[in-house]
Amino acid sequence: MVALRTKRTNNEADQPSSRVLRFGADKPLKLDAGTLLSPFQIAYKTYGTLNDARSNAILVCHALTGDQHVASTNPVTGKPGWWEVLIGPGKIIDTSRFFVICSNVIGGCLGSTGPASTNPATGKPYGLDLPIITIRDMVRAQLMLVDHFGIEKLFSVLGGSMGGMQVLQWASSYPERVFSALPIATGARHSSQNIAFHEVGRQAVMADPDWHGGKYFEQGKRPEKGLAVARMAAHITYLSEAALHRKFGRNLQDREALTFGFDADFQIESYLRHQGMTFVDRFDANSYLYMTRAMDYFDLAADHGGRLADAFAGTKTRFCLVSFTSDWLFPTEESRSVVHALNAAGASVSFVEIETDRGHDAFLLDEPELFAAINGFIASAARARELSA
Amino acid sequence: MSVNHAQRVDLEVVADLIPPQSRVLDVGSGDGLLLELLQATKQVDGRGMELSQRGVNECVARGLSVIQGDADKDLKFYPDKGFDFVVLSQTLQATRNPKLVLDELLRIGKHAIVSFPNFGHWRVRLSLFLEGRMPVTKDLPYSWYDTPNIHFCTIRDFVNLCEELGATVEKATALDANGQKIGLSMPWWFWNFFGQQAVFLLRR
Repeated sequence: MVALRTKRTNNEADQPSSRVLRFGADKPLKLDAGTLLSPFQIAYKTYGTLNDARSNAILVCHALTGDQHVASTNPVTGKPGWWEVLIGPGKIIDTSRFFVICSNVIGGCLGSTGPASTNPATGKPYGLDLPIITIRDMVRAQLMLVDHFGIEKLFSVLGGSMGGMQVLQWASSYPERVFSALPIATGARHSSQNIAFHEVGRQAVMADPDWHGGKYFEQGKRPEKGLAVARMAAHITYLSEAALHRKFGRNLQDREALTFGFDADFQIESYLRHQGMTFVDRFDANSYLYMTRAMDYFDLAADHGGRLADAFAGTKTRFCLVSFTSDWLFPTEESRSVVHALNAAGASVSFVEIETDRGHDAFLLDEPELFAAINGFIASAARARELSA
Repeated sequence: MSVNHAQRVDLEVVADLIPPQSRVLDVGSGDGLLLELLQATKQVDGRGMELSQRGVNECVARGLSVIQGDADKDLKFYPDKGFDFVVLSQTLQATRNPKLVLDELLRIGKHAIVSFPNFGHWRVRLSLFLEGRMPVTKDLPYSWYDTPNIHFCTIRDFVNLCEELGATVEKATALDANGQKIGLSMPWWFWNFFGQQAVFLLRR
């Protein structure tokens, strides 16, 4: 078991069980950090069929710890795809109608080049030798994938949280390539509080002696304790006080009374420990550092002289933003400021706030009002794009 | 398209004022009735702003481009003359600052269309004059203590406000209790007395 655990995530980092697109020295990825990443690779999944006009493609962008396995069984966890409630044959995003693409982001650990990938220059995992990756870098790489398919204009780009940041970046960087955009539970920048939470997580990873300055694979180790603590802290921010109280209250875990010790007396403690432990089985610690940093650096307005509306000047893309009342990671005000900027840019924009106590993670759950909004928006965009039903 | 004739006969009057393929912002779009009517009959590029979240979510689920927003606060984000028509139907009397809202409509739209219940209607006057009570009518069904309508005006009052804001009245229509248009040749005082609702097309 120990030997298994110290291996890289089932070697998904270099040889993923999904498809891979490899870019050689002739096609480097230009990074915001000022360097080129080359060679590099993108691991991706597709669902459905690209039509002859190549007009029915939907790009799904995943969140911080998501991956390309959006609508099919995850090869690492054996669990259903992370957005299978939404995407599949006959679902709201109907894969018998649309061609859905989802790729692992650059910096990730499920097959796209990231810190767990082998650095061809050394034959060892990149670790911290990988330059810092930004949201814009991720999107630049996705554009190369979209070009590979010969898709001139994506019918839609959608995603929640960090995925929503990528959607906003897509719409801002390549407006002529995006017909409609659905950024969910996200914002045009990472708030100070969110950076703070991420810093706690990173410090937890780096404080684990098994981290070894990021070179843990070479030591046959993994900073599991640190990463688990990072996940536990982060997981709290994905929920809400009301939902935690509804699910767990002060209920005790498999016991009748307090033990007067530091065992997991409470159900919530046991739940969080479980969340932390299962997370380390599927995610690379260094990748967690890179992903959180990418979100922290995201500030679309700052890239446009401080005026967010300028990030969308002249856009023809149709937007639909969704936020959740109990989301305190990306509160409604974050979405609203994007909406105001889009209004100022004269863009076509819908904006739905959904009442729920399920917090930030609501975007991944079976939320009928979310599905109704996505359904209405996609249907009207498809009519405008003259896609057959 | 079944417009509830008893209550929203003004919507058809509004729709008649808008040429096909216009860019339209409907402020206070409610359940999206007008936007749907305009998209179906005039193929407009329509957007909506609505205060109630439930109304917004229903509109978006039906494929309309609508955001949650407050006419008193959120119009400032729109650029000058970004729309051919900005419509404010049956909402002016519910705003906190009708003068500011009207000013914003005239800034955002090349034309503004405003419809509102006329507080100068004879039934309203009669209720106050004879019964000494705040009027509760079919069109204005709320009691004084729970009404969202906090800034009623008469047709005369509205015309005065337009003058104050430098707006040109391009067209005005008054509808009687049966939703019928009152003859154009009638004088203002007649409209103000018999008009239950008014629809104004303005520009500045």
